[in-house]
Amino acid sequence: MSEFLAMGGYGFYVWGAYGVTALAVVVELIALRARRRAALQASTEAVR
Amino acid sequence: MNLYRYSSPSTFYPLAGKLAPWFGWSALILAIVGLWIGFGIAPTDFQQGEAYRIIFIHVATAWMSMFIYLVMAFWSALSLGFNTRLSGMMAQAMAPTGALMTFIALWTGAFWGRPTWGTYWAWDARMTSELILLFLYFGVIALRNAIDDDRRADRACGVLALVGAVNVPIIYFSVQWWNTLHQGSSVSMVAAPKMAAIMLAGMLVMALAVWFYSIAVTLVRVRCIILERERGAAWTGQMTEPGKT
Repeated sequence: MSEFLAMGGYGFYVWGAYGVTALAVVVELIALRARRRAALQASTEAVR
Repeated sequence: MNLYRYSSPSTFYPLAGKLAPWFGWSALILAIVGLWIGFGIAPTDFQQGEAYRIIFIHVATAWMSMFIYLVMAFWSALSLGFNTRLSGMMAQAMAPTGALMTFIALWTGAFWGRPTWGTYWAWDARMTSELILLFLYFGVIALRNAIDDDRRADRACGVLALVGAVNVPIIYFSVQWWNTLHQGSSVSMVAAPKMAAIMLAGMLVMALAVWFYSIAVTLVRVRCIILERERGAAWTGQMTEPGKT
């Protein structure tokens, strides 16, 4: 396992690339969920 | 089936809602398979060691960053030419994900460049034009936010998106036109790929995962945009009652 994480000495670069990618995707998904909730709430309030 | 039926926001909204989960879950499954090939099966590269494994996200997101821009420009052209509401919304929905893909391509490129070339960044044609792509996405998003009237924003962003599309072929051919630190393409439409089949397979599966992810996210975002822009229309209130998808 630690050998896998070390990536033959390139661990920082490989996981730095994949980690930030995963983070960016998670941030987009969270932002999208917040936007969807806000849009849904605003549109149900608009008809009341 | 009459496809034009879905060109109106009120009919596209439920269709997008039905399609999005399929694309989302397919993207997740493809990403798991792609990473399993990339880290579990593909062997260590004889020149670059393990550092090359960045390729599996770098190439997929770099392709997507350019492709999303072209599709955004296509919707912008439709919006400008036919003044259709949904096309402007589609263009608007693609910009954030395009910016995200461009950012990931640049970031992973930097983290790959450091161990292989000895530098995170160089002002070579490929990298500079990809950075300009990021700024074009930011420009389209900022312009949209600066204009209150949605239809006027559609037109202004549409013009910017179309003009900026010139940059995409520059990115793509930069490695041929100029002497770049960035390597030439490893995969081409006309020649045999210059890489091992299993590495190529992992890369293509990841590219497909990125495609499906982008489609899913765009569909969900266009639904938000439809709700935001059609607010007050009778159908949006009915659509968003509890229990409706």
